[in-house]
Amino acid sequence: MTITFLMSAIAIGTVLLFGCVGETITEKVGHLNLGIPGIMCTGTVGGCLFISLYLNSLEKVESASWIMLILSSLFGAFLFACLTGGIYAVMTITLRCNQNITGLAITTFGNGLTQFLMHSYVDRSNFSIAGKIIAKSLPFAENSNGIVKVLFGHGFYVYFAIAIALLTNFIFNRTRVGLNLRAIGESTATADAMGVNITRYKYIAILVGSGIAGFGGVFYIMDYVKGSWENAATIEAFGWLSIALVIFSIWKPSVSIIASYLFGALYIAAFVFGNISFSGREVLKMLPYVITIIVLIATSMMNKREHQPPASLGLNYFREER
Amino acid sequence: MDKTVILQLKNITKKFGAKIIANNNVSLDVYKGEILSILGENGCGKTTLMNMVAGIYYPDSGKILINGEEVIIRSPRDAFEHKIGMIHQHFKLIDIFSAAQNVALGVEGEKFNLKEVNNRIKEMANKYGFNINLDKKIYEMSVSEKQTVEILKVLYRGADILILDEPTAVLTPQEIRSLFKILRAMRDDGKSIIIITHKLNEVMEISDRVTVLRKGDNIATVNTAETSEKELTEMMVGEKIDLNINRTEPVDRKLRLSVSGLTIKNSDAYKVLDNVSFDVYGGEILGIAGIAGSGQKELLEAIAGLNNYESGELIYYHPKKDKPVSFFHKTYRRVMELNGENAFKDKKGNDIDLRGMTKKDVKEIVNNEMVIFKEDEVIDLKDKSPREIRELGIRLSFVPEDRLGMGLVGNMDIIDNIMLRSYRKGKSVFLDRKRPADLADRIINELKVNTPDSHTAVRKLSGGNVQKVLVGREIAASPAILMTAYPVRGLDINSSYTIYNLLNEQKQRGVAVVFVGEDLDVLMALSDRIMVLSDGKVTGIVDARTTTKDEIGLLMVKSDKNEVKE
Repeated sequence: MTITFLMSAIAIGTVLLFGCVGETITEKVGHLNLGIPGIMCTGTVGGCLFISLYLNSLEKVESASWIMLILSSLFGAFLFACLTGGIYAVMTITLRCNQNITGLAITTFGNGLTQFLMHSYVDRSNFSIAGKIIAKSLPFAENSNGIVKVLFGHGFYVYFAIAIALLTNFIFNRTRVGLNLRAIGESTATADAMGVNITRYKYIAILVGSGIAGFGGVFYIMDYVKGSWENAATIEAFGWLSIALVIFSIWKPSVSIIASYLFGALYIAAFVFGNISFSGREVLKMLPYVITIIVLIATSMMNKREHQPPASLGLNYFREER
Repeated sequence: MDKTVILQLKNITKKFGAKIIANNNVSLDVYKGEILSILGENGCGKTTLMNMVAGIYYPDSGKILINGEEVIIRSPRDAFEHKIGMIHQHFKLIDIFSAAQNVALGVEGEKFNLKEVNNRIKEMANKYGFNINLDKKIYEMSVSEKQTVEILKVLYRGADILILDEPTAVLTPQEIRSLFKILRAMRDDGKSIIIITHKLNEVMEISDRVTVLRKGDNIATVNTAETSEKELTEMMVGEKIDLNINRTEPVDRKLRLSVSGLTIKNSDAYKVLDNVSFDVYGGEILGIAGIAGSGQKELLEAIAGLNNYESGELIYYHPKKDKPVSFFHKTYRRVMELNGENAFKDKKGNDIDLRGMTKKDVKEIVNNEMVIFKEDEVIDLKDKSPREIRELGIRLSFVPEDRLGMGLVGNMDIIDNIMLRSYRKGKSVFLDRKRPADLADRIINELKVNTPDSHTAVRKLSGGNVQKVLVGREIAASPAILMTAYPVRGLDINSSYTIYNLLNEQKQRGVAVVFVGEDLDVLMALSDRIMVLSDGKVTGIVDARTTTKDEIGLLMVKSDKNEVKE
């Protein structure tokens, strides 16, 4: 029971972690991307589409190789999420549309597009087999129990998410690229005056951020629910939770690893502990959002400048504006 | 002096939109190892011109030559590549970064290593005499420290041409002196320094040559040694003007407002005003000096009833002497108290006793103006709302940087803005537009407001004209106390002196004028007394006629913390 619970918590946490790191990268350049839920959806369909293309090219589905499945899902998810994020980027960076409205539009659009493509173009007949292959963990952990299973019994994506979060953290804090990124989010005009190529940085950050968020959905479908498409609507909910998670992790990818597992645990507790009452379950589902609100209040009361959102978050930039 | 031309501007023109010509055919030479001042009034295009050299704007036509070769500067990065660096008036720094991180920002082509950066900065700092803690976060820094970081940023990129936009605007006299020392050290090291300014005395003190701009045109470039402040002013303004503030001796000085022990805490429980006590007298101008953010804003707002205060007393002496009283702001109880103090008389001058009258009777004889007050009323402002305080005649003409934020409504025309003060007057539900319209015309005529008509939205007027409308409206309400904060910020010389004269006129009429200013020269020439605030405390109240800039400067930075140092 506990093992299942922890495993599920980490799995759900991984979905959130992808979304959260993606959104954090976007927010660090001052763009609040409310399109993340939609982008996670399109990422899902992209990954699924490429997996189905790969599976259909095989003579026997059982012969599908792990590495090819992983690569095709990664590529498809990143591509589709990037394309959707690209719409957001063009609209907010080049056309300087309002970021909130654009983001909401992208979410609605992405969700609808995903349902449409999934039902019309993606052949899901062999997904359960593919799902099993993708979810494969290291051989030694496969039949283990206890803590070893919790730590090492996951598929590739879980560790990939942690690696991305740590890498992002390293880039933010230890490299010039990270310094420039953070500077853009804090004060775009300053970064511009210092010769940072604002437009390039913003585009790359939003595209990469969107791509990373896209991995979340495909992991959920292929690994966690092993190819089923019944609960697809949850992906959008995960997207919103990821955005809340960015605040909870005070814009730090390293913090977001732990935070997303915590959120995952709270989310999954409602389903795993089946013996609690209906209202108790609803309270559990509510908790992540309540905690987010508490964190917002706490950080604003602590008044420490480093814990505040990027100062230019949500503001579009135009150099010659006076 | 080495006469190598390092930077040349040839026939530069820049327009914003179709109508606004920021720079018209401006040509300029900058030599190696000199300090050149670009002098001009606000809005003459001096910052725009330099922004084109720094890559913020791109000229519509004209050439920029560096070392004799034509260059194209499309972005700040291009400017750095040509060894040009600009220190903007509004600092472009990332608040949550340390000084070193800010310096390293945007530099490419070298390994990212903050230690290395630190060492290189320290080397430069020693060379030119900077004093800075590189690990300090920007938001913990004073204005002058921030400026130092800005200069280091530019030097770190190897700039040989440094452009400083209004570098002294926010510094104390002592800080200005050490800045000038650094600038001279850099000049002697062969760097070319361009200072954008509108302060004449600084031009005379620091620069080798001066270029004067007026309304986008290059008027002249002269050697500082061969010119005078008077000549420069005439070039700036284009006509002979009288730059004297005509300060008269205060007459009939009367206590109007007594502030004692005023303490205000902000939302972080920090004391923005700490035990502030002073008196304001009618017929004199009280100047308030201090570094920006020392509590000036909170002080004025507290007096106007806009700010809640922790403790302290604000006592207002209402000039009611020998005038009919109205009791709209008084409770019946308070009237009875004053009655007990024998404060009323009738029209013939006999003492009047209100005792034994009913509330209704008292109201009637008061409203029929049968009662005359003998002395100035003493009113505690503590329990007064802003509206009541305004009715008493305390006019707050509070003009922050954002002029249209608090004083006027940008999208409304002059008449409507005047009506904002008087909308409560009039008896019917319909507005009386006639009188405000007359007043608007009067303000436009008397203060020479440059506007097509009184129906123009104030947003469309220039800063100086907006200011005239605002001050005109406040003065028209015949205040007993007139409080102004930075009333000439962003105004041209002529408008500034119009405002100074208006304030002086008010003073002569017996109004108590409170003037929060930033230019110490003006404060010393206009005020009768100057109160200095430092970090929310009054560090001194000095006689403006006998004090020196140094004395005020020291008071401006004086605090418990650094008292030992001095």
